[in-house]
Parts: sequence; structure tokens; C-alpha cells
Amino acid sequence: MSVTESPGTYVPPAPARRAAPAGRVRLVPAHARGRGLPRWLRRTSGPVALVALWHIASVTGVLPAEVLAGPATVVSSAARLIATGELQQAIVVSLGRAMAGLALGGTVGVLLALASGLTRLGEDLVDAPMQMLRTVPNVALIPLLIIWFGIGEAPKIALIALATAFPLYLNVYAGIRGVDQTLIEAGRTLGLGRAGLVRHVVLPGALPNALVGLRYSLGIAWLALVFGEQINATAGVGYLMANAREFFQTDVIVVCLVVYAILGLAVDMVVRTLERIFLAWRPSFTGA
Amino acid sequence: MATEFHRGVTPSADGDPGRGLGGPAAVEVRGLSRSFGDRRVIDNLDLTIRPGEFVALLGASGCGKSTLLRILGDLDPDFEGEVTLPRKRAIAFQAPRLMPWKRVWHNVVLGLPGRPDRARAGRALAEVGIGHRADVWPKVLSGGEAQRAALARALVREPDLLLLDEPFAALDALTRIKAQGLVAELWERHGCAVLLVTHDVEEAILLADRVLVMKDGVIAHEHAVDLPRPRDVADPRVARARGVLLDWLGVRHEIRHGAEA
Ligand SMILES: Nc1ncnc2c1ncn2[C@@H]1O[C@H](COP(=O)(O)OP(=O)(O)OP(=O)(O)O)[C@@H](O)[C@H]1O
Ligand SMILES: [Mg+2]
Repeated sequence: MSVTESPGTYVPPAPARRAAPAGRVRLVPAHARGRGLPRWLRRTSGPVALVALWHIASVTGVLPAEVLAGPATVVSSAARLIATGELQQAIVVSLGRAMAGLALGGTVGVLLALASGLTRLGEDLVDAPMQMLRTVPNVALIPLLIIWFGIGEAPKIALIALATAFPLYLNVYAGIRGVDQTLIEAGRTLGLGRAGLVRHVVLPGALPNALVGLRYSLGIAWLALVFGEQINATAGVGYLMANAREFFQTDVIVVCLVVYAILGLAVDMVVRTLERIFLAWRPSFTGA
Repeated sequence: MATEFHRGVTPSADGDPGRGLGGPAAVEVRGLSRSFGDRRVIDNLDLTIRPGEFVALLGASGCGKSTLLRILGDLDPDFEGEVTLPRKRAIAFQAPRLMPWKRVWHNVVLGLPGRPDRARAGRALAEVGIGHRADVWPKVLSGGEAQRAALARALVREPDLLLLDEPFAALDALTRIKAQGLVAELWERHGCAVLLVTHDVEEAILLADRVLVMKDGVIAHEHAVDLPRPRDVADPRVARARGVLLDWLGVRHEIRHGAEA
């Protein structure tokens, strides 16, 4: 069905009458809009065209394999890496590092945010140093981390932990401080004490921001992982990539890049699922 | 007072130790003052509300009605003077202020001691006519439904004093009339003292035992409404009371008559 809107449905003032024919708008219901190709098809056609172009450039020799291997080579290299189990093992190692770093950094970031968000003392002690430290680029800490932790797993995980702590800290803190004061007041009139207010009002109110922080942290965890795995890794996707660089295997490098991208997307999907579960109450939530 | 006979006190009110025992007044305010900076919004105000009495508070916008209500709701400790209140109070604000992250029923029993009691919440919601909305998120409630949920949340606490700050102001005229009827009914059943802040003179006369007009930081006028319930807008006595109150509010009521006719 459709709705026809027109300023002429009531007795209009003179200017509106003159504008009426041109000023009419026909509203189309959502399910009737965007007929033609389904959305997913339109959205995938771009990347598919790009890959096709890449393939043509490779087979015609416009794009030499030393610069960038063609898609066919990349696929066969991926198949080979999977067959030998190298790729899976690298992914497990990298994913383990990212999650360990995130668990550590996230826990610290959230705890610090709770301390400074919920107590005056915590705010005075924690917030200023955190705001100062967050301006230091994490990558600049790598030399220091190597001196402190050597070149094993520790500096890599420490780098990821450092990088992920800040987005979570900042967002959870902002979420706690941004909770609607009128709701806190309402909670008080309902007889909630301090602990009850924190549990039933402040923390749920800060949850949307916390999930935004988690999303940022995951994105940054990946970035830190890429950097971290460039330092003397003996396993992991970064190691695979560093090795490939030695032998100019651009196909393997591309496989690794694709793996990073897929892992990033997968993690993003996890956050989306968390949002769907925990933020269903939000007025802006549309179920996407 | 006539109102004592009109109010039906249900047996369920037995659990309220305050009523009838806690002295003659539910609310006793003496010499109350509150300033914001240099502005003395409330200036040496006295107010008494008897147990079970329904009092409406009128006054021009910005005269300090909400300020008074917030003090009575223990939301504003920066006052001077003496305030004595029943321990069990509940407030409903102009906005429903439901926690968006809790299902409607959970909102209703939030803050009550013990485990969240779904059945109790359901009964309170049924009482205000939205029992079927107990399990939804507050975001899907209409304005009127949300306001009813807020009312259920206040009443489930079985307060001795119910503070209402323009709870119907945001509702459309029809919904407001229904909500007023609901409040009258709930008050007769629960028998708590009510202080209702409103801008609607008619609403005040239809619902209250006593209508107060606030002006210059004090209760400038007090009008006892000695009419049997339920009251009718068309009653000439209501119209007369309305005229008097509008005069006190500083509105020349001939003009108001003309505008609203
Ligand atoms: N927190 C505050 N800080 C400074 N001034 C305030 C504060 N709260 C209220 N006021 C002032 O006190 C006066 C009374 O406010 P109040 O909200 O009590 O008015 P009101 O009678 O409820 O008005 P309305 O009918 O429009 O709701 C207003 O002039 C307002 O600006
Ligand atoms: Mg107000």
C-alpha cells in the first residue's frame, strides 16, 4: 500500500494551493522499495569485480607475480598452507595472542574505568594518568617492551594488552559518567542504595558504551598483533608473513592479509551478536 | 472533613503503621526555604497534609512546585526548615523514568526488598490496566502506558505519601482523562496521601480534597473542595471553584473562558 501526502487535503492557504501539484510526495512502504537486485548481490558485486580485474591483470602480465601474485596463485597457496596445517597452526597462535592480550588489557581497562567512574578517589588517582598515557602511540612502546620482557610471547601480549586497555577504559568511563541522571534519581526514589544503583542503573546504562569500547579494542588488538608479530616471532600469522617476505612470496603475504581481514570480520560479528543479546532494550536497536 | 467518608480504606492498608497512628499529619512542613544562588525559590513555606488526603498544587511555571516536590521526595537536601514525612513515599515524575534495560514488570518491583517478584509486579500492572505489557521493554510502551507503568511502580510500594509531578502533562487529552480517573480510583483504594502538582486547574478540582496555589515561594491560597465524588466538570460548583483559582493564579478567567469555549 502507499500513502499519498498532499497539502490539499484540508482547505489550504493560498501559497500552498499554488505549490500543491509540485509539492506532492508519494510515500512508498519499505518492503516495496529498492526493487531490482537484492542488496547482498549489489554489495558483493564490487569486490567480485575487483578480484576479476586483479585476475585479468595477472594473467595478462600487467601485474607481475613479484609485485603481487594473482588470485589463482593465492588460492592455491592457501590450499597448500591449509593442507600442510601451517595456516591453521598460525591462526591458532595469533588468535591465542590476541585473546590473551585482550583479556588482560580489557580486564585492567574495565577495572580502572569502574574505579574512576564509580568513586571520586579512583577518578582523582586514575583518570589523569590514563588520559595522559593514552596519547602515547602504542607502537612506540615496543623497544621498551622488548627490554622489559625479552623477545618471547610476553612483549607481544603486553603490547596487545596495553593497546586494548585504553579504548575500554575510555568508553566504560564515559558510559558510567554519561548515565542519565534522572534515572539515577528515579532509582534513589525507589529505595535503591549505592550498590543497587550501580548494579541496576549505572552498569546497564554504561553497557552500550562498553560494547563500543570492546569493538575499538578488538580492532586495535588486531593492529597490535600485526606489529607485535613482526618482532622475532617463531609462529603465528605474522611469522608466516615475515617468512614470506624473505622469499618474496607475495601469494603467501596476500593469504595472510586475507586471514587478518577474515579474523577481524569474525570478531566484529561476535561483538554484533553480543549487542543483539545485551542491547535489545535500546530504542535505537533495530535487530541488525 | 467530608473526604474521610468518601475514601474507602481497604483491609490491605492494615500493614501501614503510619496511617492513623503517626500523628494527625502525614506531611508537616514548617518554615521551608530553598535558594538557588541569590534566588529564594521557596521562602518560609508551611504545608500540612493529613493522612489519606489528596492535595493538588497549582502555581505559575517556575514558581517552585517541582523544587518543593523534590525536597519532599528526599532528592534535594539543600533546604532550610523542618520537614516531617512518612517513611514510605513514592514519586511519579512528568517523564516516566523507567529503566530502559529492564522489562516493564522488573521496573515495577525494582528496589523492593527480596527477589524480584514477577507475580506482584503483574498484579500492580493489571491494576493500572496494562497487565498484558508486563514482559515488554519500556521502549515499546506508548506515552500513556509508560506513565501507567510508572504509577504502578509507585503504588506497588504501598506508600503513605504519593508525590506526583505533572504525571499527565505529556498525555493527550483523552488519555489524560482516563489517567485522572485511574488515579482517583487508585487513591480511593490505597488511601495514601497524595500531593499532585499540576497545571490543569480542572484536574486539581476534580481530584483533590484541597487545592493549593503556590506563589512567591509560599502557599498563597488554599481552596477546600467540598464536593462529592465522582465530580463532574459541568457542575457549576466546579466552574465556580475554577474561577476563584484562576484568579489566584493571576489569570483573568473571563479571558480563559473565552479562549476555551
Ligand atoms: N538545580 C537548579 N539550579 C538553579 N535553579 C533552579 C534549579 N532547579 C530549579 N531552579 C529554578 O527554580 C525555579 C523553580 O523551579 P521549579 O522547577 O520548581 O518550577 P515549577 O514550579 O516546577 O515550574 P513548572 O511548572 O514549569 O514545572 C525556576 O526558576 C528554576 O529556574
Ligand atoms: Mg515543575
